[in-house]
Amino acid sequence: MASGIKDKVAILGMGCSKFGERWDTSPADLMVEAFEEGLADAGIDKNQIQMAWFGAGIDAFNVGSSAMPLSIALRLPNIPATKVENMCATGTEAFRGAVYAVASGACDIALALGVEKLKDVGYGGLPQRTRGVENDMYWPNLSAPGAFAQLASGYRAKHGVDKADLKRAMAHVSVKSHANGAKNPKAHLQREITEEQAINAPYIAEPIGLFDCCGVSDGAACAIVTTPEIAKRLGKADLVSVKALQLAVSNGEEAGFKTWDGSHIKTTRIAAQRAYDEAGIRKPREEISMTEVHDCFSITELVTMEDLQLSDEGQAVRDVLNGDFDADGRIPCQIDGGLKCFGHPIGASGMRMIYENYLQFQGRAGDRQLKDPRLALNHNLGGFPHQNICSISIIGRYE
Amino acid sequence: MFGITAYGAYIPRTRLSKAAIADANDWFDPSLRGLAKGERSVCNWDEDTITMAVEAGQDCLSTLDAGSVNTLYLASTTLPFLDRQNSVVVSQALNLGDQLRTMDVAASQRAGTSALISMLESGASGSGNALLVASEHRRSKCGSRAEMLWGDGAAALGVGAEEVIAEYLGSETYVTDFVDHYRGEDSTLDYEWEERWIRDEGYMKSVPQAVSRLLEKTGVKTADIAHFVLASDQAKTPAAVAKKMGISAEALVDNHIGSVGVSGVAHPILLLAAALEKAAAGDLILVTGFGQGTDAVLFRATDKIKDKQPKTGFAGALARRREDANYNRFLSFNNLVEREVGKRGETDKQSYLAAMYRRKDLLTGFVGGQCRSCGTIQIPKENYCVNPECGELDSQDDYPMSAVQGRVKTWTADRLTFDWNPPAYFGLVEFEGGGRLMMDFTEVEPGSIDTGVPVSMHFRIRQFDNQRGFRKYFWKATPVQQ
Repeated sequence: MASGIKDKVAILGMGCSKFGERWDTSPADLMVEAFEEGLADAGIDKNQIQMAWFGAGIDAFNVGSSAMPLSIALRLPNIPATKVENMCATGTEAFRGAVYAVASGACDIALALGVEKLKDVGYGGLPQRTRGVENDMYWPNLSAPGAFAQLASGYRAKHGVDKADLKRAMAHVSVKSHANGAKNPKAHLQREITEEQAINAPYIAEPIGLFDCCGVSDGAACAIVTTPEIAKRLGKADLVSVKALQLAVSNGEEAGFKTWDGSHIKTTRIAAQRAYDEAGIRKPREEISMTEVHDCFSITELVTMEDLQLSDEGQAVRDVLNGDFDADGRIPCQIDGGLKCFGHPIGASGMRMIYENYLQFQGRAGDRQLKDPRLALNHNLGGFPHQNICSISIIGRYE
Repeated sequence: MFGITAYGAYIPRTRLSKAAIADANDWFDPSLRGLAKGERSVCNWDEDTITMAVEAGQDCLSTLDAGSVNTLYLASTTLPFLDRQNSVVVSQALNLGDQLRTMDVAASQRAGTSALISMLESGASGSGNALLVASEHRRSKCGSRAEMLWGDGAAALGVGAEEVIAEYLGSETYVTDFVDHYRGEDSTLDYEWEERWIRDEGYMKSVPQAVSRLLEKTGVKTADIAHFVLASDQAKTPAAVAKKMGISAEALVDNHIGSVGVSGVAHPILLLAAALEKAAAGDLILVTGFGQGTDAVLFRATDKIKDKQPKTGFAGALARRREDANYNRFLSFNNLVEREVGKRGETDKQSYLAAMYRRKDLLTGFVGGQCRSCGTIQIPKENYCVNPECGELDSQDDYPMSAVQGRVKTWTADRLTFDWNPPAYFGLVEFEGGGRLMMDFTEVEPGSIDTGVPVSMHFRIRQFDNQRGFRKYFWKATPVQQ
C-alpha cells in the first residue's frame, strides 16, 4: 500500500514574476525573474540544484519544445531537466515531477519552474491552436470560454437555477477576486469592480461576459524543493510541506457516455477525494484554511466549490452570494486574486498558487495576509468541462 | 412500367429580401428596383452544391429504400471540386454503400434534364433505383440582374421500375450551340448576352423544336399537357412559349422567381418536384431543360402519385424559411467582398487527406459504433467501448447516426472563436438511443437553443482551406422545429 507524499517533501524556496502584459520581457526574462527570487529565498547556490522540471503549456506561442529553453535561460549545469505539458495543469505537473524526484531519493534538491508567454500572439484570449489532426476535422472551434460557458447551461438545467441568479453569483465570484487582486502588487489586474459592471459586460460566450474571464498573462513561477531534513539542515524553520498531489484525467466517459450531466467536473471530484485521503483530511470544510482554484471563468470556480465538497451540491450559488469564499468568509478563495486577477500564464499557474500558500504560511502576504492559515488546497483544470485534466495540491505547515 | 419512383427537394432556409438588394444597388442601376419583388433563397455560409444535394437526396430517400439505389448522378454547374467526384461525396454522406455507379454531370443549364434522360433511356437494370440529384449554388456579380433573379436549391428524383409514380413516355433533345451565357474555366461568374435575343432566338425557337418532336413521337397533344416545366429567369417567357405551342396557361409550373429564384441546373428538377406534388393520376407532365438547345421529357402520373409524398418536398422546403434583409452578409457568404476574419480566422486549415480518408465513415457518413457486448452506442467509434462497465476491445459495429435525432445537453453561443456567422453555437448533443458528441450547431436563431431542445443532423461545410483550395465537410445539429 502506497504511503502517499504527505510531509515527505518541503519547500526550500519559491519565486514568482510579476504577471501581466509583459510586452518587453522574453520567456527567458520571466524565467530568470522567478528563478532569482526563488534561489535567493532558498539561500542556496544554483549548482546545488540536481534535477529540474519545466512546465510550459502552449509550445507554438511560447518557448518551443523540450527542457532546453529552461536549461539555457538559467545556464543550469547540465543537470537532468524534463519538460512537462498537461494543459492548464502544467505548472502543478512540473511541481509534481520535482517533488516525486526528491521523495524517491533520486536527488536532494530539485527545481520546478513554469512559464508562459501568451502576449506575443497579437490578439486577446488564449492563442488559437490545433487540437490534433483528427480532432480538428470534427470538433467545434470551441474557445476556452465557449467550452466552460456550457457548464452554466448544465448547472442551470440540473439544479433549476434561474439564469439571472446564476449570473449574479458568477459576478460575485469576480468582484471578490478583483477586490483581492487589488491588494497584490504582482497581480495582472489590480482594480476593483462592481457587480453591475460584471453583469452588464458584453458576452464572450453566453452567459460568460468579459468580467467572468480570467486574465491572459505572461509570467513565471518556480519552487525549489527538498526533504524536510535537508531543509532544516540548511537552517530553515517554519517549514512548509507537501500534503497531497493528485491528478485525475478524463477517459472520454463524460464526452461519450450517458452518465455525466454537464453540471460539474467529474475529475475534480475524483482528484479531490484522492487528495483529501492522501493528506488525511476528513472534514475539508473545517480543515482547509484557504483555496486557490482554477477560476479560468467565474462559473468554473462556482461549480468547483461543490466538486471540492466545500459547498453542498446545488448550494454554491447561495454560498457564494453569502460571501463564504470572500477574503473574510469561512474559506477564502483566491486571496491573491486567482487566475482572474493575478493572471493565468498557463505553465506558471499551478506554481503561482503554491507560491501564495507559501507566503501565507510564512506570514509574508502583506495586505492580504490571512490569520493563521494551516492547510491550503490548490486546483487546476486543463481542457474542457467534458474532457479535462484536474490536478490538486494540498500544501501546509510542516508540523 | 418505368419512370420516376420518388422525389425530394431542398431550398436553403435563408431568403434574402430583394428590396435589400435594390436598396444597396439601385444607386448604380435603378432598373433593379423593378425586379425587387419578394425574396430569393441563399445558401448559408456552410452550404454548397454538395450539402444541398445531400439534403435533397435525404428527402427523396424518405420514400425510397436507400439499399435499392444502384446509381447516383449529381448534376450541377457549381460543383465544388473540378477533380474529385462530387457525387461520391454525396453518396457517402447518404450512406449508399460502395457498390454503385456514380457520375457528375455538368457544363450546361440542362445538365439535370440531360442526366435524367440518360437515366431513363438506360432503362431498368434489375430491381434497383437510380438517384438523380440536381443542385446549384449560383453565384453572380454584385448588383447584377442575376443576383436579383437567381436562387440556390437542389432536387432529387428516383428512377426505376417499381412503385412508379410518373411513367416515362419519351424524350427528345434539340441541340444547338446557342450561347445565351457562359462561364469559362478561368472565371467564377457568368457572362450574359441580351435578354430579348435570348427570348426570341433562344427560348421561343429552341423549346418548341424539342417539344414538337417529342409530342409527335409520343402522339400527345399540347392541349392535354397538365404540367409544363420551363425554367427561366425571364418572368414572362415561359408563358409566351407555352402560348406559342398551345399549352394552357394553367399548365405552366410557376418559376417561383419571387420566392426562391431560379436555381440553375436544379431548377427544372425542383419545378418537376413541385409539379409531382400537385399532380393527379393520369396527368401529363412535360419537363424541358434549356441550354445549348432543349431537352424535353414527358411523364404520365400514375395512381401511386399521392402515395409517395416525401418528408419535406417542394412545398415543405418553400415554407421552411427565415427572412434576411442583410445584403452585406449575403455578399460575405458568397465571397463577393474581402472580409475581416480576425486573427483567429487566420489559422492554417491544412487538409490532412490520409487522416480524412481514415476517418471518412465518421466525417462523411456520421457513422458511430454500437458495442456487441453491452449495446452501448457511441460516436466516434473507438477501440474500447466507452461504457465503463464494459470497456470491450474492438467490439463495435458500424452504427449510422445521421438520421438519429438528438437533444441539447449543454450549449453556448461563442463570440470569441472564429465563425463566418458569429456567434458560434455549439454544445453537447445526446442522441436518442445513446451516444453523445460535442458538435457545432448551424442556423440557430437567438433563443432557440436550450438544454433539452431536439436537434437533427445536417451535412455541412465544416471549414474552408482557402490556402489550398479545399473544403472539409462534417455534420452539424439544427433545432428540429426549424
